[in-house]
Amino acid sequence: MNAQLQPTGSAYFIAKETEKPENHTLSVLVDNEPGVLARVIGLFSGRGYNIESLTVSETEHEKHLSRITIVTRGTPHVLEQIKHQLERIVPVHRVVDLTVMAQELGTGGALERELALVKVSGTGDARVEALRLADAFRAKVIDANTEHFIFELTGKVSKIEQFIAIMKPLGLVEVCRTGVAAMNRGRQGM
Amino acid sequence: MTGAEMVVQALKDNGVQHLFGYPGGAVLPIYDELFQQDDVQHILVRHEQGAGHAAEGYARSTGKAGVMLVTSGPGATNAVTPLQDALMDSIPLVCITGQVPTSLIGSDAFQECDTVGITRPCTKHNWLVKDVNDLAGILHEAFHVATTGRPGPVVVDIPKDVQFAKGIYTPPQTAPRTSYQPKVQGDLEKIKEAVALMADAKRPIIYSGGGVVNSGPEASHLLRELVDLTGFPITSTLMGLGAYPASGKNWLGMLGMHGSYEANMAMHDCDVMICVGARFDDRITGRLNAFSPNSKKIHIDIDPSSINKTVRADVPILGDVGRVLEDMVRLWRATAKADKKTLYPWWEQIAKWRARDSYAYKPNSDVIMPQYAIQRLYELTKHLDTYITTEVGQHQMWAAQHYGFEKPNRWMTSGGLGTMGYGLPAALGVQIAHPESLVIDIAGDASVQMCIQEMSAALQYNAPIKVFILNNSYMGMVRQWQQLLHGNRLSHSYTEAMPDFVKLAEAYGGHGIRCDKPDELDDAIKEMISVKKPVIFDCRVATLANCFPMIPSGKAHNEMLLPDEATDEAVANAIDAKGRELV
Repeated sequence: MNAQLQPTGSAYFIAKETEKPENHTLSVLVDNEPGVLARVIGLFSGRGYNIESLTVSETEHEKHLSRITIVTRGTPHVLEQIKHQLERIVPVHRVVDLTVMAQELGTGGALERELALVKVSGTGDARVEALRLADAFRAKVIDANTEHFIFELTGKVSKIEQFIAIMKPLGLVEVCRTGVAAMNRGRQGM
Repeated sequence: MTGAEMVVQALKDNGVQHLFGYPGGAVLPIYDELFQQDDVQHILVRHEQGAGHAAEGYARSTGKAGVMLVTSGPGATNAVTPLQDALMDSIPLVCITGQVPTSLIGSDAFQECDTVGITRPCTKHNWLVKDVNDLAGILHEAFHVATTGRPGPVVVDIPKDVQFAKGIYTPPQTAPRTSYQPKVQGDLEKIKEAVALMADAKRPIIYSGGGVVNSGPEASHLLRELVDLTGFPITSTLMGLGAYPASGKNWLGMLGMHGSYEANMAMHDCDVMICVGARFDDRITGRLNAFSPNSKKIHIDIDPSSINKTVRADVPILGDVGRVLEDMVRLWRATAKADKKTLYPWWEQIAKWRARDSYAYKPNSDVIMPQYAIQRLYELTKHLDTYITTEVGQHQMWAAQHYGFEKPNRWMTSGGLGTMGYGLPAALGVQIAHPESLVIDIAGDASVQMCIQEMSAALQYNAPIKVFILNNSYMGMVRQWQQLLHGNRLSHSYTEAMPDFVKLAEAYGGHGIRCDKPDELDDAIKEMISVKKPVIFDCRVATLANCFPMIPSGKAHNEMLLPDEATDEAVANAIDAKGRELV
């Protein structure tokens, strides 16, 4: 049916992407000033890049520097562009692709951790099972009454995903996650 | 000192002599200060978009920052088009906007808009000034950011209460912020590698761009020196015209979609490409996977994100074009052989391509061919101190093809954004900067109507700009694409009610000329040149002429459509089914 429709031409040349996308973790050191986060995320949405995870906080109060950790997905070519585009933003001091840096250091990957708060409600066996599993995952109970727990859990993204999946049938109510914080192994900074 | 006084003081301290603007409620304190001084001249435009393009023309023709001053809300939103235009063409533009008082921000106050939010993606950087004591530092930083590195537009948004508030003014400082330090000096090892590659080249080509013009007159001088030393052929993007003279013997003409056959063929077949301050735009490359398939590419650019963006560089050189060319010329002199004989076969090949005469058109003694109009305009103005601006469309491409530029900063056009309505206000800006020069806006009948109100500003400031309209009653480039891609269905690309441009010129207080006969054209152009006030020249040209040569969609550089091949049938079939799929 569609074959009868004449395809529209275009003033643009569009080449198919042949490279495979990868997940990379970027550390971005910025001046902590109004609008800086909007500049960074605006760049991602404006240029069609992906954000899988985003974490930001001031890390050096005297210098007003914030560190933004972004997990993004793209082909190596796009990832290189993302790094250079971020570097163009005036308040950005440094951009380090931690994944590339880890490859260069031969450490496999960057150290990545996330914190999650997980609220589970239930009674009876489900409640006992939730607590037992939380213990196995080394999650801390930070709030509880007879009908619910709030667990605090730190770890790799995969561990948190797994914990949440397990809690689902046991009365999962809500989840809050911080996004990935990351740095590389070894003595050297970003 | 009040915030408003600081604005004027900062303009003076940053060497500003002219600014383009339009008053409104949220900038009245600054206008009050402007009223009480004579050092900075304010040019009142008729629409904020005009202020932006005028400032762009001013910047592009002088190498200094262009400055615009507009009010909050609609003033700021009208500035968005020139801001994006300046971003894409790397024009230093400082835009000062008024804002509602700090206490009202976020309350949907009268003429409020989120200026920094709206302009964030269309500026190099922007600031909302919340404390009057930060104002002077921010303004100086704004000029620094706009004019250094890869130049671009910046916005400083100043709430009205900050303009009234008193604070301490600080003069411009030399220490820039630590996070912004553009790399200007190229890596010497990379430059050596490039020179070695160039020395062994059999089929080299230099592909220069707007970065050479932006880098300053010295960069153009060095580019010419490099071409002379190496004997390499040189082509340029639309934005780079004039950096190498069109009369130079190594000049191949512009490249790209409507570039010359010899330039595009040489780009396709070269073995070493030296890209100097250009960015491999999609109008330049054609189909990317067929772009210059067998060449080693050297890419000189000040912006790291331009390198490897669309085309992989074998030798990337990050730095200011002028500095890198200086090193390159020095190294070439020191190391490379001076034997240009190895290039003879390459030049012979280029001569064969050149013989196709790809800018040719069928002369006509009854109607003015648009190409002929540009050629006559060129012949009658080339000995004068002339600046050319354009709007966007077929006339722009014909101007680029048929007007020969000998110097940089003489050609003002909207390349990246393709903004119809750019040329007339840009001409105003150029004329303000160069009051004694001949400034011509080569226009189309459709584009010129987008900012035609600035005729009124030109009259007010005795800026004798010449608006040379190639009038074919069509949006010619739109029509050309409809012929190529949409089965000749000319949907809304014909203007049925065209104003009488001669009467319009007279209504504004300018001078109107109409010409529709080829044999009367020269006298009419001479009349235009001699009139010492703004002129609108209604040049009636062949209505259905199209712009060739052309790289059709989905094709490579060596698959150009040439004018002698551009029969109706060839035009209809130029883009095959595969090309049509490239949505």
